[in-house]
Parts: sequence; structure tokens; C-alpha cells
Amino acid sequence: MSKTVLMKGNEALAEAAIIAGCRQYFAYPITPQNEIPAYMSRRMPEVGGTFLQAESELAAISMVLGAAAGGVRAMTSSSSPGMALKQEGISYIAGSELPCVLVNVMRGGPGLGAIAGAQGDYFQATRGGGNGDYRTIVLAPGSAQELADFTVDAFDLADQYRIPVLILADGYIGQMSEPVVLPEPTGKTFEKPWALTGAKGRSKNIIASLKLIPDNALEEHNLHLQEKYDLISENIRRIDTYHTDNAEWLIVAYGTAARIARKAVDRLRDEGVKAGLFRPLSLWPFPDRELHEIARNAGKVLTVEMSMGQLVEDVKLSVNGEVEVDLYGRAGGAVPALDDIIERINSYERENHTHVQAS
Amino acid sequence: MTEELIIAGFGGQGVLLTGRLLCVAAMRQGKHVSHIPSYGAEMRGGTANCSVVISDEEIASPVIERPSIVIALNGPSVAKFESRIRPGGLLIWNSSLVKMAPTRSDLVLIPLDATDLSLAEGTERGANMAAIGALLKLKPDLVPMDAVEAALDEVISARNRKHNPVNRRILHAGYEITEKINAA
Amino acid sequence: MSAKTIPMYKRPKGLTDVRTHYCAGCGHGIIHKLIAEALEELEVLDRTILIAPVGCAVLAYKYIEVDGLEAAHGRAPAVATGLKRALPDKMVISYQGDGDLLAIGTGETIHTANRGEDITIIFVNNAVYGMTGGQMAPTTLEGQKTLTSPYGRNPAEVGFPIRACELLDTLESPVYIERTSVHNPASVRKTKKAILKALKYQKEGLGYSFVEILSMCPTNLGVEPVVGADWVKDAMIPWFPLKKFRDRPEEKKEEKQAS
Ligand SMILES: Cc1ncc(C[n+]2csc(CCOP(=O)(O)OP(=O)(O)O)c2C)c(N)n1
Ligand code: SF4
Ligand SMILES: [Mg+2]
Repeated sequence: MSKTVLMKGNEALAEAAIIAGCRQYFAYPITPQNEIPAYMSRRMPEVGGTFLQAESELAAISMVLGAAAGGVRAMTSSSSPGMALKQEGISYIAGSELPCVLVNVMRGGPGLGAIAGAQGDYFQATRGGGNGDYRTIVLAPGSAQELADFTVDAFDLADQYRIPVLILADGYIGQMSEPVVLPEPTGKTFEKPWALTGAKGRSKNIIASLKLIPDNALEEHNLHLQEKYDLISENIRRIDTYHTDNAEWLIVAYGTAARIARKAVDRLRDEGVKAGLFRPLSLWPFPDRELHEIARNAGKVLTVEMSMGQLVEDVKLSVNGEVEVDLYGRAGGAVPALDDIIERINSYERENHTHVQAS
Repeated sequence: MTEELIIAGFGGQGVLLTGRLLCVAAMRQGKHVSHIPSYGAEMRGGTANCSVVISDEEIASPVIERPSIVIALNGPSVAKFESRIRPGGLLIWNSSLVKMAPTRSDLVLIPLDATDLSLAEGTERGANMAAIGALLKLKPDLVPMDAVEAALDEVISARNRKHNPVNRRILHAGYEITEKINAA
Repeated sequence: MSAKTIPMYKRPKGLTDVRTHYCAGCGHGIIHKLIAEALEELEVLDRTILIAPVGCAVLAYKYIEVDGLEAAHGRAPAVATGLKRALPDKMVISYQGDGDLLAIGTGETIHTANRGEDITIIFVNNAVYGMTGGQMAPTTLEGQKTLTSPYGRNPAEVGFPIRACELLDTLESPVYIERTSVHNPASVRKTKKAILKALKYQKEGLGYSFVEILSMCPTNLGVEPVVGADWVKDAMIPWFPLKKFRDRPEEKKEEKQAS
């Protein structure tokens, strides 16, 4: 079982979903996540599950809503423009408190953009791209292995909190093949007394986001959601740190950007510069307290992202003005350059020294 | 050790498979590996390429700006990638098909009659194997021959595994002839 | 022999002098040329706007010498509607593939036809999602293997291939609906006539015209170009009969005069 295999990120994710017990998968083709539906179209019939190519992303997400309402583990995947279309259904799923797993293998935008990997959907993912006051848990894998591991985890989190969980990967992570050890099933089971299975021997169940009666029903519902979101914010604090203990310069990044940032930390340390990396693994809830603490000790923060200033907003909210935060963003499918990150940090070193000398 | 390879050619020359083969062989040797294909619109027009990183260290980005090694199985691939190779890098090019020879003087240029070596075994689909053979001879530290031979059975689908004896022969032919090129 | 050469065949004025990104044996390039010729013959090159789909023809505006516009996947008929309503004296063409027109854009397809918008739809049916690498399309044939129908299209699970012309023929508004093909020279000539007619009707303000063109995608079929063309003839045409479904310009002219 624990054999290392070379697997494409998208396929590792697809197999992990099957390991997690997902038997209902609905999607519409779009690059760079096409390997997921292709894989599912072969595998689902083998395990007695459903693969259905929907006529659109709008339909696919509502198929997920339907399957989830039946109490069954369901998933859909897409990439940026398709994810934009799914926002309608995601809002309804959030309002209806249904569990499901969503995957966005991001590409460059806005609009049709291009197909190379990017991270431009950070706001859409973490702020709720659809209407209303809702949240989705957002996990940010940085390798094919994490794509697989986080997917298994995502199904449990979704069931535990009755919430959509979004795997937010960039196209490079999805397209890259790497060594993977496929995860084991967690074996966790969840009671779903709310599921629509026919009211046999129980009172009827209704799943709906419309809350009309009484007058304050919708506010009550929102307050209830908020309580749930607060609980999730307490419980889910996922980070990965690298050389942050004595770091004087802290880089914050996720996904492909974090892989390059990690290499930059190695190089900088070779040159005698004490750099460290903070990698949030959950983007919502954002690990703000953890980042605040580490950033305060480091003193200076550089956010590296494949977007033009989205992650950096959460970084700034976390440090709340106490620490200086700089941004190195690349967009449209470009990957942050190792040398650029190193040069940026080195330039702080130089500035700092002149500053010290002058004072 | 970190090598960044780009393997390029026509669709149908087994470019992606070549990359996976090297990755699996190196992975079984305990190396860090990554493989990423060019995808989507770039595929139109029938050329394909993939980027492979093999390293003793963790791999940062699978995307390669400046490769240390390029295997070019057709003319358009030489045209596209010659200029991107790092100074001192290696370019193995398929002299059976490529009309415009590469010209850079700061590279190790290895012409290889890859398609002819393959045709000698009765197929034109094995040029990639010949190129891997040459690569193994020129870069003995990258991954050993027996690891690549073993990886063949893992990477090639069950349906095509019957061709592996031929693949092995072409692999060795590429290896042998490259020695001769070096000696000359 | 006279020193003067008479050009028998030349690049139409409406076709840009660049290499397309299409694969060898692809039908899109042929269809682009026919549109360019028709626009030139109708003398409307300088007042035509081409709406490119999301599909392999996403860059169609690079190849046809008219103004070009992009629409989101499946939305071209809605975009065309907006543009035509804003600029009624311009020619508006919506060029779409089968995924674009019959899957994600089915709503727009039906409602735009039903309103009888004064636009021309060129529908390129190649029975597969070309651009994304060969997934099942709404027009993929029964039993046909694609990336997402690896065991062959099974109508019991995903329905039968949808016939667009027949579907639209149930609506009152369209003036012209025809299905043609580009698998051989004779059918290319017929397709040219159909495109010309569709655009002529738009030029005369007669309303919605729809030309479905059976086309080949040898790349995703995994075959040589010639085999791709034969496949259109042998596999596609039996399910998608070549036929004129609707052609009633006189009625439309009368309606126009009456209103
Ligand atoms: C909202 C959205 N979903 C999916 C895609 C991905 N996509 C691009 S083209 C295409 C289908 C193309 O097939 P078709 O319309 O038949 O055109 P062809 O390439 O075959 O000419 C898809 C699904 C997208 N760009 N946007
Ligand atoms: S993939 Fe098919 S439709 Fe697209 S350009 Fe190639 S042959 Fe034409
Ligand atoms: Mg198509």
C-alpha cells in the first residue's frame, strides 16, 4: 500500500478522493485540471461510483449539491473560469450547510486568461465568491503528495462541519508528476440525520437556503453559521514553517510560490542571511495569530505570490500594522524567480545596514 | 547534483514517456524528481515537450527557465530550445531528422542518429530510447542504466510492454554509439 | 503559352496571411476560408464583427480580417445579441464548437434562436472537445471513445448525441437552418453556399440563420487527416444527415414589410 509511485498531482488528488470514499463526481472539462475528470471516468465505474460530465460548471456544482443532500460524499473540480461559474451553487451549498469537496486548479485570469498555473483566485476562494455571508474551508497544497493527503482530510472536515471544503492548487501543482505515497482511508464515519433519504420512520427533512419565516429566521441562520465559522477558526490552524525560529526575514507563500521561496531560504542561509518561510496550509481560516507571532520576531515580511497582491492582504491583517510587509507578486502564469526573491531580501539587508550606520 | 532537462519532439515520439522513464528510474534511486508537460494550446501543431528535474535536493519549481540538458528529437525543438540552454550545457539532437544543426559553441553538442538507430530495430518510435542511451553515457551520475531498464517495465503500459526488448536494444544502441562518438 | 498568369485560386481578401495554429487535417481552417470568401463576396468585410468561441477556434479573429470579439465559453450568442441590438446595421457572426453551443451554451443557443436575433451562427460540429484535449461532446457518437468516455459513449448513461438543427427547427423564428460538411471538396462547395446564404439573409435583415458544419478533428480521433475526413462521412453523416431544414426568406420579407 505504502509504495512510492510517480503520479501527476491531478491524478493523485483523484485517487485520494476515491480512497476517501467519494463515489459521486461531477465536472466539466477545463485545463489544467482535465486529468481529474479523465481519471474519474476510468476509475469511478471500477469502484461502483458515478462519473458524470456535466453540461456546464453551473450544472456540475448543483449535481454536487444534490448528491450531498442525499448524504453521500461528492466532489467537483475545475479551474478558474469554471470556478467563477460554480459560485452560485457554492453559495447555496454553504447556506444549506451541505458537506462536499471542491477543487480549483488555478490558471491565469481575468477572463479566459491563459492556461498556465497562477494564484489569482485567492480572493474568490477565501472571501466567498458567491453571494451572502459564508465561508468555505480552503486548503492549499504545495505538492502532489499534499494534494492527495489534503483531499482525504477535506472529506472528513466537510462532513464534520457540514461545510464545502475547497482544495486550492495552482496549475503547476496539478500538472506536475512527483513521487507520491497514496494515503490510507481515515476510517472516520459521520452520522447524517439531516440527509434526504425519504422520511421513513422519522419526521421529514428539508434542506434549503431560503429562510423566510419567522421574520428573523435568516439572521438566526446567519448567526448560527457564524458560530460554526468561529468554531472552525478555533480548530483549524494549519501551517508549515521552515527555519522560522531565528529568522530575521520572513517569507510568506503557498503552493508553487512557497516551493521557490523555500529554496530561496536555503540560498540565503548559505549566504549567511537568516531567512525563514511561513507557509499557510489553510487559507481560510487563515493562521493569523501564528503568523503574527513569528512575523513579530522576524521583523520584516515578504509575501511571495502568483497574483498581484491578494495573499498579502491576509498577511497584513495578521500582523495588523506591527510589522512591515512587502510584496513580490507575479501574474499571468509567471513563476516567481528564485534570484528575484533572494535579491529582494538582500536589498533589505543593505538598506538596513545603511540605516544602522547612519543612525 | 541537480539536472534540469527539457525533452522535446513531435507528438508521437514519446516525449512525455521519456521524461517519466527518467523520473521513475531516478526516483527508485532515492532522488528527488519532478516532471511537467507543456500542455493545452501549445500541443496544437503537433510538438510536445516536458521539463524534468532530477536532484539530490528538494525541488523548488518544476518549471525550467534555463535547462542544463536538452534532448531535441526534431528540428523545431532544436530551434526552440538551443538558445535557452545554460552555457556549458548539453544538447543531444536527433541528426536523423534535424536539418539545421545547432551552432552554439558554448555547449556540448551531441548529434545522434536516433531515428536511424530506432529504424535499425524495425520501428521509428524508439528515437527517444536511443537519446536516453546517449544521455546515460554522457551523464553517468544521473541515473544508472539498470535503473532505466527496470523503470521501463513500470512506466510502459501493459499493452505496450511487449515492445520493451526492442526498447532495451535501442537504449543500448544509443549508449554504445555515443561512446564511439566520444572516442572519435 | 502566354506570359501572363491568370490566378485561378488565391487567398481571399478576408483571410489574414498568417499560419494558423490548427492541426493538420483540421476543419476549422477550411471553414474560416469559406467565411472570409463569403464576406468578401457580400462586400461586408468592413462592417462585420466575428465573435470567437472558447474552443480551438478561440483565435479565429486572428485569421479573418474583420473586427473580432471574445465571449465566455458558450455565451457567444448572448454577446452577439447585445452587439447586434446596439449596432443593428453591422453583420455579427457567432462561431461556435459543439461543446460551446450545445453543452455550456445550450440556454443561449435556444433563446437566441427563439428570439430570431438577426445574426448568423456558424456551428462547427467535430464530435469532440478539441481544445481541451478530446473529452466527450454533446455530439460525440454512440460508442465513441474519448478522454471522458473511455469505455465508449453509453446513451443509457449520458444520452444520445444531440442534433442541433433538428432541435432549432422546432422554433418558429429562424429564417435559415442547414447542416453541411467539409469532409470532401464537393461538400466544401456546398458549405460555402450555405454560409453565403446565411450571411446574405443577415445582410438583408431577415433574422436568425444557422449553419451546422460537420468537421474533422483528426488529432483527438487519433488518426491521419484523411481518415479523419472519412470518419465524418462514414460515422457522423448517418447520425447527422446533411439537410436543409429551413429556408424561408420570403416569409421573413413579408413579415418585415408588415411590421
Ligand atoms: C467556463 C469554462 N469552462 C470550461 C472551459 C474549458 N474549455 C475550453 S474550450 C472547451 C470545449 C471546446 O470544445 P468545442 O466547443 O467542441 O470546440 P472545439 O475545440 O472542438 O472546436 C472547454 C470545455 C472554459 N474555457 N471556460
Ligand atoms: S485539436 Fe482538433 S479541432 Fe483542435 S485544431 Fe486540432 S484538429 Fe482542429
Ligand atoms: Mg468540438
